[in-house]
Amino acid sequence: MNGTLPPKSLAERAALATPPTVAMRVRGLSDRAVAWIFIAPTIVLLLAINIFPLIWTIQLSFTNYRANRPNAPVRNVGIDNYHSILTDPDIWAAMQATAHFVFWTIVLQTVIGFTLAWLIDRKFRGHGFWTTIILIPMMLSPAVVGNFWRFLYQPQIGGFNYFVSFFTGLPPSSFEMIGSVKLAPWAIVVVDTWMWTPYVMLICLAGLRSIPDYIYEAAEVDRASPLRQFWSITLPMALPFIMLAVLFRGIENFKMFDMVNLLTSGGPGSTTEVASITLKREAFEKWRTGFSSAFAIILFVTVFGLANIYVKALNRVKQR
Amino acid sequence: MSIGPANETGSSGRGRPRFFRRGPWEAVAVAVIAAGVLMLLQPFSLALYSYSFVTTLAGVVLFTVVSKFPE
Repeated sequence: MNGTLPPKSLAERAALATPPTVAMRVRGLSDRAVAWIFIAPTIVLLLAINIFPLIWTIQLSFTNYRANRPNAPVRNVGIDNYHSILTDPDIWAAMQATAHFVFWTIVLQTVIGFTLAWLIDRKFRGHGFWTTIILIPMMLSPAVVGNFWRFLYQPQIGGFNYFVSFFTGLPPSSFEMIGSVKLAPWAIVVVDTWMWTPYVMLICLAGLRSIPDYIYEAAEVDRASPLRQFWSITLPMALPFIMLAVLFRGIENFKMFDMVNLLTSGGPGSTTEVASITLKREAFEKWRTGFSSAFAIILFVTVFGLANIYVKALNRVKQR
Repeated sequence: MSIGPANETGSSGRGRPRFFRRGPWEAVAVAVIAAGVLMLLQPFSLALYSYSFVTTLAGVVLFTVVSKFPE
């Protein structure tokens, strides 16, 4: 008998191939330590790209730092930046523009999205094809959508003005969606509704499909009318999903930047200057870095608060 | 050993008083956050707008704390 018999399994051969020093070192580690070694790179990356900038922004928000004057002395101003933002009528106006945008997009997307979901749920001939067609706007990049709708809103050559004039009889060049103070806030609402209604429709469709058929069968046995079934079964049971869609779209639209920036850049004047556009102007046009950091923290806390409500709603939907 | 209805400490509270239950406190925190967001976005009063951030921050801190409470 000699000791040079070939190892029986692949694992044993792999163990023998490992250099003895490494093997000994790894053998000395606990499972917990090995787990930490595996997740450490992710934690370091998260700290570097998420937590560190956040902490730095919080620190900058209490200073008068300006990024275009890196050698100027940085002074601690306490909560002055926060006080200035929260008493500034111009920033309050930007918040109201954001509120107009968020409110009307949510109302329109919820009503149209739920109606589309209810129709698609009827399972008519070709409903799969129409679902795909309806989902196309959601798949496009906001940059593409912004540029695309800029052309559609052109008063001379844009399709939107001709579409409106076909139904109303108004001359196509008699109104300007992007250039008009009254119409520009509605122009961004229309584009966001066009793009994101399919998303709301998908969530509502998931809600409608989760309602068991036997509830409708029991309602029919009790001779409930279709309208009664809708108000007493469909709407209450789909409500948690609708709330989820409303919260998600609310959070997304509260921090909307790309599409509005490409479409109107906050104009004409400041009528479509939503909060994120104001933030960009303060940070990279006026170079008030400390001030804009404080503004960013205010927006972050608001979105974080809304996200907490969103997670709570999501847990409620999961429990169903 | 007592088997019966939950006592003052609650069935899952492990010694904590019933006052510190997650459900109602989370509802309060959500209401405070929602009030803060509405104050931030409303067009009626600059004073309400001024106190919106403090309200939202209070709601967020409250939510973070009470989410550690037992069910």
